[in-house]
Amino acid sequence: MSAVRSGYVRPVDFKHGHVDMTHGGGGRAMAQLIDELFVRAFDNEWLRQANDQAAFRVGAGRMVMATDSHVVSPLFFPGGDIGCLCVHGTINDVAMSGATPLYLAAGFILEEGFPLADLKRIVESMAAAARDAHVPVITGDTKVVEKGKGDGVFITTTGVGVIPAGIDISGDRARPGDRILVSGTMGDHGVAIMSLRENLTFDTTIRSDTAALHDLVAAMIAAVPGIHCLRDPTRGGLATTLNELAHQSGCGMVIGEKHIPVNGQVQAACEFLGLDPLYVANEGKLVAICAAEDADRLLAAMRGHPLGKDAAIIGDVIPDSHQFVQMDTSFGGRRVVDWLTGEQLPRIC
Amino acid sequence: MKYIDEFRDGELARRLASAIAREARPERSYNLMEFCGGHTHAISRYGLKDLLPANVNMIHGPGCPVCVLPVGRIDNAIALAARPGLILCTYADTMRVPASKGTSLLKAKARGADIRMIYSSADAIRIAQENPDRDVVFFAIGFETTTPPTAVAITQAMALGLANFSVFCNHVLTPAAISNILESKDVRALGTVPLDGFIGPAHVSTVIGSQPYEYFAEEYQRPVVIAGFEPLDVMQAILMLVRQLNDGRAEVENEFTRAVTRDGNAKAKALVAEVFELRRSFEWRGLGEVPYSALRIKEKYGDFDAEARYGITYRSVPDNKACECGAILRGVKKPTDCKVFGTVCTPENPIGSCMVSSEGACAAHYAYGRFKDVAMVAGTPAPATAPFA
Repeated sequence: MSAVRSGYVRPVDFKHGHVDMTHGGGGRAMAQLIDELFVRAFDNEWLRQANDQAAFRVGAGRMVMATDSHVVSPLFFPGGDIGCLCVHGTINDVAMSGATPLYLAAGFILEEGFPLADLKRIVESMAAAARDAHVPVITGDTKVVEKGKGDGVFITTTGVGVIPAGIDISGDRARPGDRILVSGTMGDHGVAIMSLRENLTFDTTIRSDTAALHDLVAAMIAAVPGIHCLRDPTRGGLATTLNELAHQSGCGMVIGEKHIPVNGQVQAACEFLGLDPLYVANEGKLVAICAAEDADRLLAAMRGHPLGKDAAIIGDVIPDSHQFVQMDTSFGGRRVVDWLTGEQLPRIC
Repeated sequence: MKYIDEFRDGELARRLASAIAREARPERSYNLMEFCGGHTHAISRYGLKDLLPANVNMIHGPGCPVCVLPVGRIDNAIALAARPGLILCTYADTMRVPASKGTSLLKAKARGADIRMIYSSADAIRIAQENPDRDVVFFAIGFETTTPPTAVAITQAMALGLANFSVFCNHVLTPAAISNILESKDVRALGTVPLDGFIGPAHVSTVIGSQPYEYFAEEYQRPVVIAGFEPLDVMQAILMLVRQLNDGRAEVENEFTRAVTRDGNAKAKALVAEVFELRRSFEWRGLGEVPYSALRIKEKYGDFDAEARYGITYRSVPDNKACECGAILRGVKKPTDCKVFGTVCTPENPIGSCMVSSEGACAAHYAYGRFKDVAMVAGTPAPATAPFA
């Protein structure tokens, strides 16, 4: 008689194993990977039901939905990895409406041959980020593509949330006379990623600022419920975000270079690489626009939160049918801060 | 930031501006050409024109390496990249320069050509070492600043016996371009381009030194002030040029003494002389054929010359008819004189090369200064991309 226990299944080898085509094949190997990795890491009542969807109740009010695909290279970087990044990124997109993020869905595209140890590390980082943010991953999907058809792992996350009553935050609500605020230093995420790129490698202690901002947003709304606009300046950086908001709202903006917080190391790296920190990506910062009379109160609320301690008022919204974003330079001139042209650095998030 | 903020000090800039305003004589004008794209960029980015009196005019010169590359040379590079198995290495700005029939290296890459953006010629060597069974060509462009690194790559390739590596050499020379402008009929015969003096190149001069400009100053009686690329460097150089013109002097002065000597970098010059020799003639976008204005690889290093290896033949291709890049590069026209500036021709869809590189006169004005002439660009909002960000 065999000594093997009936129903024994060899555990997934998370130490030396690799993703293979069976992990996306819909069979036993896929079920086992989902069970031993995803369900275990994200553990919650919805995933335990093992359905292809998650059913949940929502309260009254306007719902918000946002989705974000993540293709960052490298997958692991100072201050984070694709796992926590894909949780933070979608939570932030939901939170920029003023909503309380409630649930996440995650879709994985894995490349054949990808080390299971790395996948485990990424999924556990995702799970930790979701736990810390109190926003569970309640449904998901996994696909595997042949070697050479992907680049390790791509993750798409979708989030839903509910906007509290009385909050109306939208990119088209900036009005002349409003003030523009940022929650902290610009360009940290982009420079952290750049420092690792194979043909650029340089030493820096800069870490990605990747963070979930919904708690900061809640504190800001509590202080100033009438915030007009919120947006996280990710790809294209502050410059691109301000241009988007100016365009949506049909007005112009003037910012002061000397008011914009930039870490000295980020400034140095940008000088060295010929980049402008205003165009470098952030993953844990936001831009806020509010009425002038609310600006000081909003600034105080931001600075009272750990993720907004370096917040600053950086400029004003002005009437301008051409929707230019202008900047008074520290040097004494005034210039346009234009949309990003081309691509500053591919696959930043 | 140390060593940067000092050269961007607004208070000092205002003091220099008031000195320029005080010393510039109201009865005359001062028409100064900044040769380099680096200066053009600094002038636009820091809004230096706002600080200058109305009779001090800055004229953009042809010193943007991407801008002066003619269509035919980009066509050659695209044809190279289309060869099966070949890897073409290039500096990033070159990717977007418009070539014949609406193509560019960026579009060729999207269609499947293996084109790699690199930051240094050393990256091209590394790529050749990592891909021993594939041909790797470095598309070398630029003035005297980027020439020595290309020479290093060629000598390294020879030392390593890197048989799969070669260079498509398009290096051009600054002094030849300045002569060409000063000899042009616009400046000499017609006088349509008033040119009173030059702001001389920064980085180029670190290599070639200030000595090569002495000939122009003497022969054409035009003062030259070599200046760094920081905004205060440019302001200081303008003041020095105003003083020379007021005194009736035409000398070579060096504002960029922290990096430039009279003789330049002897080691770099020797290396360039070892690897390269003068071409009899080379076509520049805007200037046309300019004699002895570019370099080719010497016979001794012929194994690494892509032109010989792949039998590249050059065919001159005219610019788009609507494009005024040629006149802009010669200083005859300003970006806003071009009908397609800011309308059909934008950084996203460049028609001419001046709209491509951040050092190009059109791109610099579009990116930093166009709010001053809004009539030109009204009604061209960029697309809203936020929902997919």
